[in-house]
Amino acid sequence: MIAELGAFALVLAFALSALQVGCSVLARLRHDAALRGAGEGAAAASFMAVGIAFAALVTAFVTSDFSVSNVAANSHTDQPLFYKVTGAWGSHEGSMLLWDLALTGFGMAIALMGRNLPTGLKAVAVATQGGLGLLFIGYTAFASNPFLRIAAAPIEGRSLNPVLQDPFFAIHPPFLYSGYVGFSVVFSLAVGALVEGRVDAAWARWVRPWSLAAWSLLTVGITLGSFWAYYELGWGGWWAWDPVENASFMPWLAGAALLHSAIVTEKRGALAGWTVFLSLAAFVCSMLGAFLVRSGVLTSVHAFAVDPTRGVLLLIILGIAGGGAFGLFAWRAPKLAPGGLFAPVSREGALVLNNLFLAAATLTVMLGTLYPLIRQALTGEAISVGGPYFGLTFGPLMVACLLIVPAGPLLAWKRGDLLGALQRLWVAAVIALAAGFAAWFVFAPKTAIAGLGVGLGTWLIAGAISEIVVRSRLTASGGRQALRRLAGLPRGAWGMTLAHIGLGVFVAGACVESAGKAEMAQALSPGQSLKVAAFTLTLKDVGSFEGPNYTAERATVLVKGPGNPAEMTPERRFYPATRQATSQVAIQRHGASDLYVVLGESRTASGATAWLLRVYWNPWARLIFLGPLLMALGGAISLSDRRLRIAAAKRPARAPALEPAE
Amino acid sequence: MRGLKGLAVALAAVLCLGAAAASDPAERLPDPAQEVRARSLFRDIRCLVCQNESIDDSEAELAADLRRIVRDQIAAGRSDAQVRTFLTDRYGEFVLLKPKFSPGNAVLWLGPFAAILLGGAAALILRRKDGGVTPLSPEEESRLAALAEELDTIPPHDGHIKTLARETKGS
Repeated sequence: MIAELGAFALVLAFALSALQVGCSVLARLRHDAALRGAGEGAAAASFMAVGIAFAALVTAFVTSDFSVSNVAANSHTDQPLFYKVTGAWGSHEGSMLLWDLALTGFGMAIALMGRNLPTGLKAVAVATQGGLGLLFIGYTAFASNPFLRIAAAPIEGRSLNPVLQDPFFAIHPPFLYSGYVGFSVVFSLAVGALVEGRVDAAWARWVRPWSLAAWSLLTVGITLGSFWAYYELGWGGWWAWDPVENASFMPWLAGAALLHSAIVTEKRGALAGWTVFLSLAAFVCSMLGAFLVRSGVLTSVHAFAVDPTRGVLLLIILGIAGGGAFGLFAWRAPKLAPGGLFAPVSREGALVLNNLFLAAATLTVMLGTLYPLIRQALTGEAISVGGPYFGLTFGPLMVACLLIVPAGPLLAWKRGDLLGALQRLWVAAVIALAAGFAAWFVFAPKTAIAGLGVGLGTWLIAGAISEIVVRSRLTASGGRQALRRLAGLPRGAWGMTLAHIGLGVFVAGACVESAGKAEMAQALSPGQSLKVAAFTLTLKDVGSFEGPNYTAERATVLVKGPGNPAEMTPERRFYPATRQATSQVAIQRHGASDLYVVLGESRTASGATAWLLRVYWNPWARLIFLGPLLMALGGAISLSDRRLRIAAAKRPARAPALEPAE
Repeated sequence: MRGLKGLAVALAAVLCLGAAAASDPAERLPDPAQEVRARSLFRDIRCLVCQNESIDDSEAELAADLRRIVRDQIAAGRSDAQVRTFLTDRYGEFVLLKPKFSPGNAVLWLGPFAAILLGGAAALILRRKDGGVTPLSPEEESRLAALAEELDTIPPHDGHIKTLARETKGS
């Protein structure tokens, strides 16, 4: 019964989305307030209907209703309750429903929170959001319905893939999808701006917080996924340039470019067309990602569905939404009024350069992901594009992009003083060079990457701090006044500083980890030991035990070395429901570095049983995950800035901020 | 049919996932220098049955075979280039994670840098069309400086005017 309710609610949401489009389009054509209200009401109702459908799916999972095919394929009565719930979005169909939930949720947000938007723009944006809902809810309801029953219900389900039974994985998709779909809001606003033929500061003020929110959520989602891969898959890495990872990276890069260009459009009215283009591109990248992951053109460990018909349908959706939007852009963008002028050396100029590099980086990831598919389709020759390619192309582009980051905020709008900005950065430059050389000398295998990474990371961190110091005018006006100035800085400024520091933390961590990683693997019998970095690990014994839905071998490993002795207990789990083995990595944290132990299979040689033990020393690995979290936190702090919540049209009687934001 | 293909994918995923396989002591070469060379080569070679995974990471049986081939060749004294050629002759360019720099891959390799050049040129041309910025004359500069100084002397309690002043200066 509950599954039928869900299916009904889903079709209802589809109908409500159609109503949302119809009413909003008519409202725009006739300038009719009642119709506009009806369109907005339909947007809210559509969200509620998808919410009911989603609740129905979760209920079917919690009650282990195996007559529902999706539940039978992805759940099991032995699964802990938490993983029964998260199993609801562990499959293709369920995750599409989560996508719809986020999409209609953002649609409702525009409808309810956009009171300050010009009515015409708002009606078009609500209609566009409804159109996207129509496409995706339609796809879910008619091609990927999670509520389908099976005639003969099995007694037991096939269980959720064991590697997905993990707390970090469980919360990774909701963040990721909110991020992906969050860009639909700026997409709809951009379509609205093109239809209305008007891009102004008020529009950019709307785009900024929404792109910031979507980008921050996407940052958290990607970081959680990367952290999950790091400790759950037990391969000691965290990013593999897998096409599915690239699929999430493209909208992230496009979103990062959008964040920066939207500032220029808001503050200076310039780059309006480019900001609109990026607003469309960010969500098109999200949809491209959804297509790549779900269509089966890539077969990946992440890809749930290998189904050509669904792939074609998703490609059609991508074609309609993306093609329509870019077509509209090509037609209407030339009509947008050109904005403020600026000299090449200015904050606008720095942000244009930033956008140039970020756009080229997005294109690089796109080329690396799509080129093999295109070349195979055209010539039949198969090639592979992996990490080494991205290291040679994406790498240098990013280094160049990161080098200019600290200078941007120190340049004035319109016409900046490059020499002045560099003079203010000389302390940061000296610190960065010193740190880079120190890292090059200190880390055991002398590698340029470690030195470069630490130098670049320090440059970003010290540069961001320099900017804050310059703003406080510490040197000119003394400590107390400087503190008062700092307290008066808008949150947007603090958010930017924190995000740039987070970027530096990430760069340093990623480079040191990949350059200084030490690895050792050996088959050990109890009592034997191996050495890695400064540690000696001795296998004490291996015992077996039973978990809720798995059996496991657990090794006790005695570690000697800095900060020890201590015991570590890596596990190897076997899930009978799926007949799959997974490893439960044991990690000992040393500051930002990790000692990482994986228990492998047992081997019997000449009568003695030995277990393969793989041990990694991952220096600074935690910074890789801390950095992006700081970036997302910076985004959240910026979002809490009052000025972003006040529409430009309504100026407050007393301006709250004492300092300009950027 | 669909089920079968799905199963194949799931199976491939299971086979490929897991701890980095190449460090298995049973496979290692006795000469540490050769082993280091083999490991760095592994990272450039794709496990053919996995999704974009190098044979350094893959636990699939095929990856183990490829690792054995590479190690054997290195032990036999072949250079890295010779090993790569040997593998591409057998399995095609598909086996390399770093595609060759060839006419067919020109777009792939040059695209990112062409994008920077073309994008930069487009930005400059579009800016020209806007007319560019004429710098202020010395008199205008001094007038601006005088105005800014005047604004700085406004008493601090007058928050609104002060903010306006700052914004004027900032923009």
